[in-house]
Amino acid sequence: MGMTITEQILAAHAGKEYVEPGELIFANVDLVLGNDITAPVAIREFRKIGAKQVFDRERIALVPDHFTPNKDIKSAEQVREVREFAREFGIVHFFEVGEMGVEHCLLPEKGLVGPGDLVIGADSHTCTYGALGAFSTGVGSTDMAAAIATGKVWLKVPETIRFNYHGKLPKWVGGKDLILYTIGCIGVDGALYSAMEFGGEAVAELSMDGRFTMANMAIEAGGKNGIFFVDEKTLAYVEGRAVRPFKVYTGDSNARYAKVYEFDVTKLEPQVAFPHLPEKARGVSEAAGITIDQVVIGSCTNGRIEDLREAAQVLRGNHVNKNVRLIIIPGTQEVYRQAMREGLFEIFLDAGAAISTPTCGPCLGGHMGILAKGERAVATTNRNFVGRMGHPESEVYLAGPAVAAASAVKGEIAHPEEVIKA
Amino acid sequence: MKLTGRVWRFGDDVDTDLIIPARYLNTSDPKELAAHCMEDADPSFAGKVQPGDIIVAGKNFGCGSSREHAPIAIKAAGVACVIGATFARIFYRNAINIGLPILESPEASSGIEEGHQVEVDLETGTIKNLTTGESYSAKPFPPFMQELIAAGGLIPYVSRTVGRE
Ligand code: SF4
Repeated sequence: MGMTITEQILAAHAGKEYVEPGELIFANVDLVLGNDITAPVAIREFRKIGAKQVFDRERIALVPDHFTPNKDIKSAEQVREVREFAREFGIVHFFEVGEMGVEHCLLPEKGLVGPGDLVIGADSHTCTYGALGAFSTGVGSTDMAAAIATGKVWLKVPETIRFNYHGKLPKWVGGKDLILYTIGCIGVDGALYSAMEFGGEAVAELSMDGRFTMANMAIEAGGKNGIFFVDEKTLAYVEGRAVRPFKVYTGDSNARYAKVYEFDVTKLEPQVAFPHLPEKARGVSEAAGITIDQVVIGSCTNGRIEDLREAAQVLRGNHVNKNVRLIIIPGTQEVYRQAMREGLFEIFLDAGAAISTPTCGPCLGGHMGILAKGERAVATTNRNFVGRMGHPESEVYLAGPAVAAASAVKGEIAHPEEVIKA
Repeated sequence: MKLTGRVWRFGDDVDTDLIIPARYLNTSDPKELAAHCMEDADPSFAGKVQPGDIIVAGKNFGCGSSREHAPIAIKAAGVACVIGATFARIFYRNAINIGLPILESPEASSGIEEGHQVEVDLETGTIKNLTTGESYSAKPFPPFMQELIAAGGLIPYVSRTVGRE
Protein backbone atom coordinates (compact mmCIF):
# COMPACT_ATOMS: atom_id res chain seq x y z
CA MET A 1 0.00 0.00 0.00
CA GLY A 2 1.31 3.43 -0.85
CA MET A 3 1.29 6.54 1.30
CA THR A 4 -0.60 9.81 0.99
CA ILE A 5 1.35 13.06 1.00
CA THR A 6 0.47 13.48 4.69
CA GLU A 7 1.79 10.01 5.53
CA GLN A 8 4.99 10.61 3.53
CA ILE A 9 5.76 13.82 5.40
CA LEU A 10 5.04 12.23 8.78
CA ALA A 11 7.18 9.17 7.98
CA ALA A 12 10.11 11.33 6.89
CA HIS A 13 9.94 13.39 10.07
CA ALA A 14 9.72 10.31 12.27
CA GLY A 15 12.76 8.75 10.57
CA LYS A 16 10.67 5.94 9.12
CA GLU A 17 10.27 4.41 5.69
CA TYR A 18 6.58 3.86 6.16
CA VAL A 19 3.75 4.84 8.49
CA GLU A 20 0.09 3.92 8.51
CA PRO A 21 -3.05 5.50 9.95
CA GLY A 22 -3.47 4.96 13.68
CA GLU A 23 0.26 4.62 14.35
CA LEU A 24 1.67 6.83 17.13
CA ILE A 25 4.93 8.54 16.20
CA PHE A 26 7.39 11.00 17.65
CA ALA A 27 8.16 13.41 14.84
CA ASN A 28 10.74 16.14 14.43
CA VAL A 29 9.23 19.55 13.87
CA ASP A 30 10.54 22.17 11.45
CA LEU A 31 8.79 25.05 13.15
CA VAL A 32 6.85 25.65 16.37
CA LEU A 33 4.41 28.56 16.62
CA GLY A 34 2.73 30.32 19.50
CA ASN A 35 0.73 33.53 19.96
CA ASP A 36 -0.07 35.99 22.73
CA ILE A 37 -2.79 33.74 24.19
CA THR A 38 -1.14 30.35 23.96
CA ALA A 39 2.57 31.16 24.34
CA PRO A 40 2.38 32.48 27.93
CA VAL A 41 0.90 29.15 29.07
CA ALA A 42 3.54 27.28 27.06
CA ILE A 43 6.37 29.38 28.47
CA ARG A 44 5.33 28.58 32.03
CA GLU A 45 5.19 24.87 31.18
CA PHE A 46 8.55 25.11 29.40
CA ARG A 47 10.12 26.58 32.53
CA LYS A 48 8.85 23.59 34.53
CA ILE A 49 10.82 21.27 32.27
CA GLY A 50 13.96 23.06 33.39
CA ALA A 51 15.64 23.09 29.97
CA LYS A 52 18.43 25.64 29.73
CA GLN A 53 17.84 26.34 26.07
CA VAL A 54 15.30 25.90 23.34
CA PHE A 55 15.75 23.21 20.69
CA ASP A 56 16.46 25.75 17.94
CA ARG A 57 16.31 29.55 18.19
CA GLU A 58 15.49 29.85 14.49
CA ARG A 59 12.63 27.37 14.42
CA ILE A 60 10.30 29.00 16.89
CA ALA A 61 7.88 31.73 15.84
CA LEU A 62 6.17 33.92 18.43
CA VAL A 63 3.44 36.17 17.07
CA PRO A 64 1.43 38.35 19.43
CA ASP A 65 -1.59 39.06 17.23
CA HIS A 66 -4.81 38.36 19.10
CA PHE A 67 -5.05 41.27 21.52
CA THR A 68 -2.40 43.49 19.91
CA PRO A 69 -1.69 46.39 19.82
CA ASN A 70 -2.53 45.54 23.40
CA LYS A 71 -6.11 46.30 24.30
CA ASP A 72 -5.75 46.27 28.09
CA ILE A 73 -3.30 45.82 30.93
CA LYS A 74 -3.70 42.06 31.24
CA SER A 75 -3.05 41.45 27.57
CA ALA A 76 -0.05 43.80 27.68
CA GLU A 77 1.35 41.69 30.49
CA GLN A 78 0.83 38.51 28.51
CA VAL A 79 2.77 39.93 25.58
CA ARG A 80 5.49 41.18 27.91
CA GLU A 81 5.95 37.63 29.13
CA VAL A 82 6.38 36.43 25.55
CA ARG A 83 8.71 39.31 24.66
CA GLU A 84 10.93 38.65 27.67
CA PHE A 85 11.08 34.95 26.89
CA ALA A 86 12.07 35.76 23.30
CA ARG A 87 14.90 37.98 24.54
CA GLU A 88 16.09 35.54 27.16
CA PHE A 89 16.30 32.60 24.76
CA GLY A 90 17.32 34.57 21.66
CA ILE A 91 14.24 33.61 19.65
CA VAL A 92 14.86 34.92 16.14
CA HIS A 93 11.28 35.10 14.89
CA PHE A 94 9.48 37.19 17.48
CA PHE A 95 7.23 39.69 15.73
CA GLU A 96 6.61 42.98 17.46
CA VAL A 97 3.78 45.41 16.66
CA GLY A 98 4.85 47.16 13.48
CA GLU A 99 6.26 43.94 12.03
CA MET A 100 3.65 41.45 13.01
CA GLY A 101 0.57 40.24 11.23
CA VAL A 102 -2.08 37.63 11.83
CA GLU A 103 0.14 34.60 12.40
CA HIS A 104 -1.16 32.38 9.62
CA CYS A 105 -0.88 35.15 7.04
CA LEU A 106 2.54 36.12 8.34
CA LEU A 107 4.49 32.85 8.54
CA PRO A 108 4.07 31.77 4.89
CA GLU A 109 4.72 35.33 3.72
CA LYS A 110 8.00 35.41 5.66
CA GLY A 111 9.02 32.08 4.13
CA LEU A 112 9.07 30.36 7.53
CA VAL A 113 7.10 27.41 6.15
CA GLY A 114 7.92 25.50 2.98
CA PRO A 115 6.66 22.42 1.16
CA GLY A 116 7.27 19.16 3.00
CA ASP A 117 7.69 20.85 6.39
CA LEU A 118 6.18 19.55 9.60
CA VAL A 119 4.85 22.48 11.59
CA ILE A 120 2.94 22.56 14.85
CA GLY A 121 1.40 25.62 16.38
CA ALA A 122 -0.47 26.38 19.55
CA ASP A 123 -3.29 27.74 17.47
CA SER A 124 -5.94 25.65 15.80
CA HIS A 125 -5.62 27.36 12.41
CA THR A 126 -2.01 26.25 12.06
CA CYS A 127 -3.48 23.88 9.47
CA THR A 128 -3.34 26.86 7.05
CA TYR A 129 0.17 25.97 5.84
CA GLY A 130 -1.08 22.78 4.23
CA ALA A 131 -1.69 25.06 1.24
CA LEU A 132 2.09 24.90 0.69
CA GLY A 133 2.20 21.10 0.69
CA ALA A 134 3.36 21.00 4.30
CA PHE A 135 1.94 18.99 7.20
CA SER A 136 0.84 21.48 9.79
CA THR A 137 -1.52 21.13 12.67
CA GLY A 138 -2.76 22.89 15.76
CA VAL A 139 -1.80 21.67 19.22
CA GLY A 140 -2.09 23.01 22.76
CA SER A 141 0.29 25.04 24.86
CA THR A 142 1.72 22.02 26.66
CA ASP A 143 2.57 20.43 23.31
CA MET A 144 4.19 23.69 22.30
CA ALA A 145 6.26 23.74 25.50
CA ALA A 146 7.49 20.19 24.96
CA ALA A 147 8.32 20.93 21.33
CA ILE A 148 10.32 24.08 22.03
CA ALA A 149 12.34 22.05 24.52
CA THR A 150 12.79 18.89 22.45
CA GLY A 151 11.99 19.72 18.81
CA LYS A 152 9.57 16.81 18.81
CA VAL A 153 5.86 16.17 18.99
CA TRP A 154 3.75 13.04 19.49
CA LEU A 155 1.25 12.48 16.73
CA LYS A 156 -1.18 9.83 15.69
CA VAL A 157 -0.97 9.26 11.94
CA PRO A 158 -4.38 10.33 10.62
CA GLU A 159 -6.46 8.66 7.97
CA THR A 160 -6.73 10.74 4.83
CA ILE A 161 -9.98 11.88 3.24
CA ARG A 162 -9.67 13.07 -0.34
CA PHE A 163 -11.77 15.95 -1.70
CA ASN A 164 -11.85 16.45 -5.48
CA TYR A 165 -13.33 19.60 -6.95
CA HIS A 166 -14.29 19.39 -10.62
CA GLY A 167 -15.55 21.83 -13.18
CA LYS A 168 -14.98 25.53 -13.57
CA LEU A 169 -15.26 27.99 -10.70
CA PRO A 170 -18.09 30.46 -11.33
CA LYS A 171 -17.43 34.17 -10.96
CA TRP A 172 -17.37 35.30 -7.29
CA VAL A 173 -16.83 31.74 -6.10
CA GLY A 174 -13.45 31.13 -4.45
CA GLY A 175 -11.63 29.18 -1.79
CA LYS A 176 -13.90 30.37 1.01
CA ASP A 177 -17.00 29.18 -0.83
CA LEU A 178 -15.47 25.79 -1.60
CA ILE A 179 -14.49 25.14 2.00
CA LEU A 180 -17.79 26.41 3.46
CA TYR A 181 -19.66 24.24 0.98
CA THR A 182 -17.49 21.25 1.91
CA ILE A 183 -18.03 21.73 5.65
CA GLY A 184 -21.73 22.16 4.93
CA CYS A 185 -21.71 18.74 3.26
CA ILE A 186 -19.66 16.79 5.81
CA GLY A 187 -20.38 18.67 9.07
CA VAL A 188 -18.14 20.20 11.74
CA ASP A 189 -16.88 16.74 12.69
CA GLY A 190 -16.95 15.30 9.17
CA ALA A 191 -13.18 14.98 9.06
CA LEU A 192 -12.54 14.40 12.79
CA TYR A 193 -8.94 13.23 13.44
CA SER A 194 -8.39 13.02 9.65
CA ALA A 195 -6.19 14.63 7.03
CA MET A 196 -8.15 16.53 4.37
CA GLU A 197 -6.42 16.29 1.02
CA PHE A 198 -7.66 18.72 -1.63
CA GLY A 199 -7.39 18.05 -5.36
CA GLY A 200 -9.12 18.37 -8.71
CA GLU A 201 -8.93 20.89 -11.54
CA ALA A 202 -11.02 23.54 -9.76
CA VAL A 203 -8.56 23.88 -6.87
CA ALA A 204 -5.63 23.82 -9.29
CA GLU A 205 -7.14 27.06 -10.63
CA LEU A 206 -7.13 28.65 -7.19
CA SER A 207 -4.38 31.12 -6.32
CA MET A 208 -2.22 30.49 -3.27
CA ASP A 209 -4.37 32.92 -1.29
CA GLY A 210 -7.47 30.86 -2.12
CA ARG A 211 -5.68 27.68 -1.06
CA PHE A 212 -4.60 29.20 2.25
CA THR A 213 -8.24 30.02 2.90
CA MET A 214 -9.30 26.43 2.28
CA ALA A 215 -6.54 24.76 4.29
CA ASN A 216 -7.20 27.26 7.10
CA MET A 217 -10.69 25.92 7.67
CA ALA A 218 -9.83 22.20 7.70
CA ILE A 219 -10.10 22.43 11.49
CA GLU A 220 -13.69 23.63 11.11
CA ALA A 221 -14.51 20.13 9.84
CA GLY A 222 -12.56 18.59 12.72
CA GLY A 223 -9.58 17.87 10.43
CA LYS A 224 -6.08 17.38 11.76
CA ASN A 225 -4.57 19.01 8.71
CA GLY A 226 -5.59 20.16 5.25
CA ILE A 227 -3.14 19.65 2.43
CA PHE A 228 -2.61 20.58 -1.22
CA PHE A 229 -0.18 19.24 -3.79
CA VAL A 230 2.73 21.42 -4.80
CA ASP A 231 2.49 22.92 -8.31
CA GLU A 232 4.02 25.87 -10.19
CA LYS A 233 1.93 28.31 -8.16
CA THR A 234 3.28 26.90 -4.91
CA LEU A 235 6.85 27.01 -6.17
CA ALA A 236 6.44 30.56 -7.47
CA TYR A 237 5.14 31.56 -4.02
CA VAL A 238 7.98 30.03 -2.00
CA GLU A 239 10.70 31.08 -4.39
CA GLY A 240 12.69 33.92 -2.89
CA ARG A 241 10.88 33.53 0.44
CA ALA A 242 11.76 30.14 1.90
CA VAL A 243 14.30 30.55 4.69
CA ARG A 244 15.20 26.84 4.65
CA PRO A 245 15.60 24.25 1.90
CA PHE A 246 12.34 22.41 1.32
CA LYS A 247 11.24 19.10 -0.13
CA VAL A 248 8.31 18.35 -2.39
CA TYR A 249 6.26 15.23 -1.60
CA THR A 250 3.84 13.94 -4.19
CA GLY A 251 1.95 11.08 -2.51
CA ASP A 252 1.83 7.57 -3.99
CA SER A 253 -0.63 6.72 -6.73
CA ASN A 254 -1.78 3.68 -4.74
CA ALA A 255 -2.24 5.61 -1.48
CA ARG A 256 -5.13 4.61 0.77
CA TYR A 257 -8.03 6.96 1.42
CA ALA A 258 -10.65 6.51 4.12
CA LYS A 259 -13.13 8.24 1.81
CA VAL A 260 -13.17 10.18 -1.44
CA TYR A 261 -15.60 13.02 -2.13
CA GLU A 262 -16.24 14.36 -5.62
CA PHE A 263 -17.78 17.81 -6.01
CA ASP A 264 -18.83 19.59 -9.18
CA VAL A 265 -18.47 23.31 -8.53
CA THR A 266 -19.66 24.63 -11.90
CA LYS A 267 -23.01 25.76 -10.54
CA LEU A 268 -21.95 26.62 -7.00
CA GLU A 269 -23.27 29.86 -5.54
CA PRO A 270 -21.16 31.99 -3.18
CA GLN A 271 -21.68 30.46 0.25
CA VAL A 272 -22.78 31.91 3.59
CA ALA A 273 -22.59 29.97 6.87
CA PHE A 274 -25.48 30.81 9.19
CA PRO A 275 -25.09 31.06 12.97
CA HIS A 276 -23.83 29.29 15.00
CA LEU A 277 -21.76 26.67 13.19
CA PRO A 278 -19.61 26.77 10.04
CA GLU A 279 -21.51 23.70 8.78
CA LYS A 280 -24.67 25.76 8.37
CA ALA A 281 -23.54 26.81 4.89
CA ARG A 282 -26.08 27.72 2.22
CA GLY A 283 -26.10 29.57 -1.08
CA VAL A 284 -26.09 33.36 -0.68
CA SER A 285 -29.54 33.60 -2.30
CA GLU A 286 -31.00 31.81 0.71
CA ALA A 287 -29.64 34.54 2.97
CA ALA A 288 -31.18 37.40 1.00
CA GLY A 289 -32.89 40.02 3.12
CA ILE A 290 -31.04 39.33 6.37
CA THR A 291 -30.14 42.77 7.70
CA ILE A 292 -26.76 43.35 9.34
CA ASP A 293 -25.00 45.82 11.63
CA GLN A 294 -21.34 45.11 10.95
CA VAL A 295 -19.02 43.61 8.35
CA VAL A 296 -15.49 42.45 9.09
CA ILE A 297 -13.08 41.70 6.25
CA GLY A 298 -9.80 40.20 7.42
CA SER A 299 -8.44 37.36 9.60
CA CYS A 300 -6.18 34.41 8.89
CA THR A 301 -8.87 33.08 6.57
CA ASN A 302 -9.38 36.09 4.29
CA GLY A 303 -6.93 38.84 5.23
CA ARG A 304 -4.60 38.47 2.23
CA ILE A 305 -4.07 40.82 -0.70
CA GLU A 306 -6.35 38.95 -3.07
CA ASP A 307 -9.16 39.14 -0.51
CA LEU A 308 -8.75 42.89 -0.25
CA ARG A 309 -8.67 43.23 -4.04
CA GLU A 310 -11.91 41.31 -4.27
CA ALA A 311 -13.53 43.51 -1.62
CA ALA A 312 -12.30 46.62 -3.44
CA GLN A 313 -13.75 45.41 -6.71
CA VAL A 314 -17.17 45.29 -5.08
CA LEU A 315 -16.77 48.51 -3.07
CA ARG A 316 -15.43 50.68 -5.89
CA GLY A 317 -17.86 53.53 -6.48
CA ASN A 318 -20.13 52.28 -3.70
CA HIS A 319 -20.76 53.49 -0.18
CA VAL A 320 -21.40 51.40 2.90
CA ASN A 321 -25.04 51.34 4.00
CA LYS A 322 -25.77 53.85 6.75
CA ASN A 323 -26.78 51.08 9.16
CA VAL A 324 -23.54 49.15 8.76
CA ARG A 325 -20.01 49.49 10.14
CA LEU A 326 -17.39 48.09 7.77
CA ILE A 327 -14.03 47.15 9.31
CA ILE A 328 -11.20 46.04 7.05
CA ILE A 329 -8.11 44.45 8.58
CA PRO A 330 -5.17 43.61 6.31
CA GLY A 331 -3.52 40.40 7.52
CA THR A 332 0.06 41.65 7.63
CA GLN A 333 2.13 44.80 7.25
CA GLU A 334 3.11 43.61 3.77
CA VAL A 335 -0.54 43.14 2.76
CA TYR A 336 -1.23 46.60 4.23
CA ARG A 337 1.55 48.18 2.18
CA GLN A 338 0.54 46.38 -1.00
CA ALA A 339 -3.10 47.40 -0.61
CA MET A 340 -1.98 51.00 -0.13
CA ARG A 341 0.24 50.87 -3.23
CA GLU A 342 -2.59 49.51 -5.33
CA GLY A 343 -4.91 52.28 -4.23
CA LEU A 344 -7.29 49.94 -2.41
CA PHE A 345 -7.32 52.15 0.67
CA GLU A 346 -8.75 55.05 -1.37
CA ILE A 347 -11.61 52.80 -2.39
CA PHE A 348 -12.17 51.58 1.16
CA LEU A 349 -12.07 55.08 2.62
CA ASP A 350 -14.36 56.47 -0.07
CA ALA A 351 -16.78 53.67 0.75
CA GLY A 352 -16.75 54.66 4.42
CA ALA A 353 -14.76 51.71 5.79
CA ALA A 354 -12.49 51.74 8.84
CA ILE A 355 -9.05 50.27 8.11
CA SER A 356 -7.15 48.69 10.99
CA THR A 357 -3.56 47.71 11.62
CA PRO A 358 -3.11 43.91 11.36
CA THR A 359 -4.68 42.09 14.33
CA CYS A 360 -7.05 39.19 15.03
CA GLY A 361 -9.25 41.70 16.85
CA PRO A 362 -12.94 41.05 16.31
CA CYS A 363 -12.46 37.58 14.81
CA LEU A 364 -12.41 36.09 18.30
CA GLY A 365 -14.34 38.84 20.01
CA GLY A 366 -11.11 40.34 21.31
CA HIS A 367 -11.33 44.02 20.42
CA MET A 368 -11.69 46.38 17.42
CA GLY A 369 -15.30 45.67 16.59
CA ILE A 370 -17.18 43.76 19.26
CA LEU A 371 -20.89 43.08 18.70
CA ALA A 372 -23.58 44.25 21.13
CA LYS A 373 -26.52 42.10 22.20
CA GLY A 374 -28.75 41.26 19.27
CA GLU A 375 -26.35 42.58 16.61
CA ARG A 376 -25.57 40.69 13.46
CA ALA A 377 -22.37 40.63 11.42
CA VAL A 378 -21.08 39.22 8.17
CA ALA A 379 -17.44 38.26 8.56
CA THR A 380 -14.78 36.71 6.35
CA THR A 381 -13.48 34.92 9.44
CA ASN A 382 -13.77 31.19 10.13
CA ARG A 383 -15.98 30.71 13.18
CA ASN A 384 -19.51 31.81 13.94
CA PHE A 385 -19.89 30.11 17.32
CA VAL A 386 -22.12 31.60 20.01
CA GLY A 387 -20.47 34.75 21.36
CA ARG A 388 -17.49 34.49 19.01
CA MET A 389 -17.54 38.19 18.05
CA GLY A 390 -19.00 39.61 21.22
CA HIS A 391 -22.28 39.29 23.09
CA PRO A 392 -23.58 35.71 23.42
CA GLU A 393 -26.78 36.92 21.78
CA SER A 394 -25.05 38.39 18.73
CA GLU A 395 -24.78 36.53 15.42
CA VAL A 396 -22.04 35.98 12.85
CA TYR A 397 -22.57 34.92 9.24
CA LEU A 398 -19.43 33.66 7.51
CA ALA A 399 -18.73 34.51 3.88
CA GLY A 400 -15.99 35.38 1.42
CA PRO A 401 -14.77 38.97 0.88
CA ALA A 402 -17.01 39.70 -2.14
CA VAL A 403 -20.23 38.74 -0.37
CA ALA A 404 -19.07 40.54 2.79
CA ALA A 405 -18.37 43.76 0.85
CA ALA A 406 -21.65 43.53 -1.07
CA SER A 407 -23.55 43.00 2.18
CA ALA A 408 -21.90 46.09 3.69
CA VAL A 409 -23.15 48.15 0.76
CA LYS A 410 -26.66 46.77 0.72
CA GLY A 411 -27.15 46.62 4.49
CA GLU A 412 -28.34 43.05 4.17
CA ILE A 413 -26.69 39.87 2.97
CA ALA A 414 -26.19 40.25 -0.76
CA HIS A 415 -24.64 38.73 -3.87
CA PRO A 416 -21.81 40.89 -5.31
CA GLU A 417 -23.66 41.30 -8.62
CA GLU A 418 -26.44 43.13 -6.79
CA VAL A 419 -24.24 46.10 -5.93
CA ILE A 420 -21.31 46.08 -8.32
CA LYS A 421 -20.70 49.21 -10.38
CA ALA A 422 -18.88 48.24 -13.56
CA MET B 1 -8.65 5.10 40.08
CA LYS B 2 -12.40 5.42 40.60
CA LEU B 3 -14.32 8.70 40.48
CA THR B 4 -17.89 9.22 41.58
CA GLY B 5 -19.83 12.36 40.87
CA ARG B 6 -22.96 14.14 39.83
CA VAL B 7 -23.50 14.82 36.13
CA TRP B 8 -23.88 18.08 34.21
CA ARG B 9 -25.17 17.44 30.69
CA PHE B 10 -24.18 19.31 27.54
CA GLY B 11 -25.11 18.70 23.90
CA ASP B 12 -23.23 18.24 20.62
CA ASP B 13 -20.44 20.43 19.21
CA VAL B 14 -19.74 22.35 22.42
CA ASP B 15 -16.94 24.62 21.21
CA THR B 16 -14.08 26.16 23.14
CA ASP B 17 -15.71 29.60 22.94
CA LEU B 18 -18.60 28.16 24.97
CA ILE B 19 -16.22 26.47 27.40
CA ILE B 20 -14.20 29.64 27.97
CA PRO B 21 -15.06 32.74 25.90
CA ALA B 22 -12.13 34.56 24.30
CA ARG B 23 -13.00 37.75 26.19
CA TYR B 24 -11.47 36.11 29.28
CA LEU B 25 -8.28 34.92 27.55
CA ASN B 26 -6.31 37.97 28.57
CA THR B 27 -5.37 35.84 31.55
CA SER B 28 -4.36 32.22 31.99
CA ASP B 29 -4.91 32.10 35.75
CA PRO B 30 -6.83 28.83 36.32
CA LYS B 31 -8.98 30.36 39.11
CA GLU B 32 -10.12 33.27 36.94
CA LEU B 33 -10.79 30.93 34.04
CA ALA B 34 -12.78 28.57 36.27
CA ALA B 35 -15.06 31.46 37.29
CA HIS B 36 -16.21 31.75 33.64
CA CYS B 37 -16.23 28.05 32.77
CA MET B 38 -19.07 27.13 30.32
CA GLU B 39 -20.42 30.67 30.74
CA ASP B 40 -21.93 31.10 27.27
CA ALA B 41 -23.53 27.64 27.37
CA ASP B 42 -24.89 27.97 30.92
CA PRO B 43 -24.13 31.22 32.76
CA SER B 44 -24.92 29.66 36.13
CA PHE B 45 -22.61 26.66 35.69
CA ALA B 46 -19.52 28.07 37.43
CA GLY B 47 -21.64 28.97 40.45
CA LYS B 48 -23.21 25.57 40.91
CA VAL B 49 -20.56 23.04 39.88
CA GLN B 50 -19.06 21.15 42.84
CA PRO B 51 -15.63 19.54 43.12
CA GLY B 52 -15.85 15.99 41.80
CA ASP B 53 -18.75 16.64 39.41
CA ILE B 54 -18.66 15.09 35.96
CA ILE B 55 -19.48 16.60 32.57
CA VAL B 56 -21.24 14.39 30.03
CA ALA B 57 -21.45 15.78 26.50
CA GLY B 58 -22.47 14.77 23.00
CA LYS B 59 -20.26 14.54 19.94
CA ASN B 60 -17.27 16.72 19.05
CA PHE B 61 -16.84 18.26 22.51
CA GLY B 62 -14.17 20.97 22.59
CA CYS B 63 -14.20 21.84 18.90
CA GLY B 64 -12.79 25.15 17.77
CA SER B 65 -9.72 26.85 19.11
CA SER B 66 -6.59 25.19 20.49
CA ARG B 67 -6.83 27.12 23.74
CA GLU B 68 -5.60 24.94 26.58
CA HIS B 69 -7.51 27.39 28.75
CA ALA B 70 -10.58 25.24 27.99
CA PRO B 71 -9.53 22.02 29.76
CA ILE B 72 -7.73 24.16 32.36
CA ALA B 73 -10.97 26.02 33.14
CA ILE B 74 -12.90 22.75 33.43
CA LYS B 75 -10.27 21.16 35.65
CA ALA B 76 -9.94 24.26 37.84
CA ALA B 77 -13.72 24.41 38.22
CA GLY B 78 -13.41 21.10 40.03
CA VAL B 79 -14.76 18.83 37.29
CA ALA B 80 -13.25 15.38 37.82
CA CYS B 81 -13.82 13.92 34.40
CA VAL B 82 -15.44 14.63 31.02
CA ILE B 83 -17.33 11.93 29.16
CA GLY B 84 -18.22 12.59 25.52
CA ALA B 85 -19.56 10.70 22.52
CA THR B 86 -16.48 12.04 20.67
CA PHE B 87 -13.96 14.82 21.30
CA ALA B 88 -12.37 17.35 18.97
CA ARG B 89 -8.77 16.29 18.56
CA ILE B 90 -6.90 19.29 20.00
CA PHE B 91 -9.12 19.32 23.08
CA TYR B 92 -8.48 15.59 23.46
CA ARG B 93 -4.69 15.93 23.42
CA ASN B 94 -4.75 19.03 25.61
CA ALA B 95 -6.82 17.24 28.25
CA ILE B 96 -4.39 14.32 28.30
CA ASN B 97 -1.38 16.62 28.29
CA ILE B 98 -2.64 18.53 31.35
CA GLY B 99 -4.05 15.51 33.19
CA LEU B 100 -7.81 16.06 32.89
CA PRO B 101 -9.38 12.59 32.60
CA ILE B 102 -11.60 12.25 29.53
CA LEU B 103 -13.44 9.24 28.19
CA GLU B 104 -15.02 8.63 24.81
CA SER B 105 -18.24 6.60 24.88
CA PRO B 106 -21.24 7.25 22.60
CA GLU B 107 -23.33 4.82 24.70
CA ALA B 108 -22.58 6.58 27.98
CA SER B 109 -23.23 9.90 26.31
CA SER B 110 -26.71 8.89 25.22
CA GLY B 111 -27.57 6.98 28.42
CA ILE B 112 -26.64 9.54 31.05
CA GLU B 113 -28.75 12.54 31.97
CA GLU B 114 -28.27 15.68 34.03
CA GLY B 115 -28.24 14.98 37.75
CA HIS B 116 -27.43 11.29 37.45
CA GLN B 117 -24.77 9.87 39.76
CA VAL B 118 -21.97 8.20 37.84
CA GLU B 119 -18.97 6.10 38.78
CA VAL B 120 -15.98 6.05 36.45
CA ASP B 121 -13.11 3.58 36.55
CA LEU B 122 -10.28 5.26 34.67
CA GLU B 123 -8.15 2.13 34.39
CA THR B 124 -10.73 -0.11 32.81
CA GLY B 125 -12.79 2.61 31.12
CA THR B 126 -15.95 1.31 32.78
CA ILE B 127 -18.66 3.89 33.43
CA LYS B 128 -21.49 2.99 35.81
CA ASN B 129 -24.68 4.99 35.96
CA LEU B 130 -25.55 4.64 39.65
CA THR B 131 -28.93 6.27 39.10
CA THR B 132 -30.18 3.85 36.42
CA GLY B 133 -27.92 0.88 37.11
CA GLU B 134 -26.69 0.79 33.50
CA SER B 135 -23.02 0.47 32.69
CA TYR B 136 -21.02 1.39 29.61
CA SER B 137 -17.47 0.93 28.48
CA ALA B 138 -15.26 3.64 27.03
CA LYS B 139 -12.43 3.13 24.58
CA PRO B 140 -9.32 2.38 26.63
CA PHE B 141 -6.31 4.65 26.09
CA PRO B 142 -3.52 3.32 23.85
CA PRO B 143 -0.39 2.33 25.84
CA PHE B 144 1.55 5.50 25.01
CA MET B 145 -1.21 7.71 26.41
CA GLN B 146 -1.42 5.54 29.49
CA GLU B 147 2.30 6.19 29.98
CA LEU B 148 1.71 9.94 29.61
CA ILE B 149 -1.11 9.87 32.12
CA ALA B 150 0.91 7.75 34.54
CA ALA B 151 3.78 10.24 34.29
CA GLY B 152 1.34 13.01 35.26
CA GLY B 153 1.11 14.62 31.83
CA LEU B 154 3.42 15.60 29.02
CA ILE B 155 5.68 17.99 30.94
CA PRO B 156 6.80 15.49 33.61
CA TYR B 157 7.14 12.91 30.83
CA VAL B 158 9.40 15.17 28.77
CA SER B 159 11.35 16.43 31.78
CA ARG B 160 12.76 12.96 32.27
CA THR B 161 14.29 12.97 28.80
CA VAL B 162 15.47 16.54 28.32
CA GLY B 163 19.04 17.37 29.36
CA ARG B 164 19.18 20.16 31.87
CA GLU B 165 22.60 21.34 30.74
S1 SF4 C 1 -7.61 35.65 12.83
FE1 SF4 C 1 -9.11 34.64 14.14
S2 SF4 C 1 -8.97 32.48 13.68
FE2 SF4 C 1 -7.16 33.46 12.81
S3 SF4 C 1 -5.57 33.23 14.40
FE3 SF4 C 1 -6.60 35.19 14.74
S4 SF4 C 1 -8.25 34.75 16.19
FE4 SF4 C 1 -7.57 32.81 15.36
